[in-house]
Amino acid sequence: MSNKDLTHYIYGIADNALILGQRLGELCGHGPNLETDIAMTNIALDLLGQTRSYFQYIAKLSPDNLNEDDVAFLRKEHEYRNVLLVEQPNTDFAYIITRQYFFDVFHFLLLEQLQQSTDVNLMAIAKKSIKEVSYHKRFSGDWLIRLGDGTAISQEKAQQAVNDLWMYTNELFEVSEGDQHVIDAGYGANLSELKDRYYKEISDTLAKATLNIPEESYFQNGGKKGIHSEHMGYILADMQYMQRTYPNMKW
Amino acid sequence: MKKDWPLWEVFVRSKNGLEHRHFGSLHAPDAQIAINNARDVYTRRKEGVSIWVVESKNITASNPDDNSELFDPAEDKAYRHPTFYTLPDDVKHM
Repeated sequence: MSNKDLTHYIYGIADNALILGQRLGELCGHGPNLETDIAMTNIALDLLGQTRSYFQYIAKLSPDNLNEDDVAFLRKEHEYRNVLLVEQPNTDFAYIITRQYFFDVFHFLLLEQLQQSTDVNLMAIAKKSIKEVSYHKRFSGDWLIRLGDGTAISQEKAQQAVNDLWMYTNELFEVSEGDQHVIDAGYGANLSELKDRYYKEISDTLAKATLNIPEESYFQNGGKKGIHSEHMGYILADMQYMQRTYPNMKW
Repeated sequence: MKKDWPLWEVFVRSKNGLEHRHFGSLHAPDAQIAINNARDVYTRRKEGVSIWVVESKNITASNPDDNSELFDPAEDKAYRHPTFYTLPDDVKHM
């Protein structure tokens, strides 16, 4: 396993938190009500905090004396390794919650395994983050159940979101060649072991929410390889604007 | 949507050993979400170790119109305050 493999692997984790954090950040001041607005931006900040820990580590590994801002803001679209799921738009509250829950269940299982990483940095980040993510999952799961098992309209919207986002779930478990080197070295989490537990937990919650599991077997992928959906360019334009307009600016 | 959500009163224990104090109120569709919302709205800066929520409609409040009979009679009864005792210097936090 090379440093390059490890960096590539960490991007695969950190970019999910970064882009989902950015998506949730868009909701600041636009939540359905004050309480959920604060909740979702809290989650955005948690994810951003986790991203910083990963990026500081990547900056340390880099031979080019990069800092965390370079890593976050100055890469090109194809260099981001986030899954397609997290870049999907904030269509409505049902989409936001479903996207969040589909990600949170995975995120929790991933961090659970990453706590056993032989890399002390990754282990420490996982130990700190898992408490936050445990709450994220509780928040999104509680809401998904209430939307599904709520009114006729909320159920219809939740089912639509589940149907539309389902095809992005499989990509969460994709492993690149570089990732595999990191997993073999004991640094990374073995994603294939998580898959059954993931779909079991999702199915249980969907059943509680009286929502149907989509029968489609076609799954979309590409994000982890740097091939993103049409939404990604807009996200990056927003996110990178300040650093690109005022290079090296600091808060 | 919000107008259908009941109001909840939030009580937070800021430290073990202290009592729960009223922190404020918020809207939520049910008790579990009220706890989640209270956590996000009131304890995001480590303000608490325990949260209670109670639906506001379950609280019976005194009527402000009754204030004169409920509270005013206590005004001229200074002897109900234990201020006429001399405290030994060793007693602290009274």
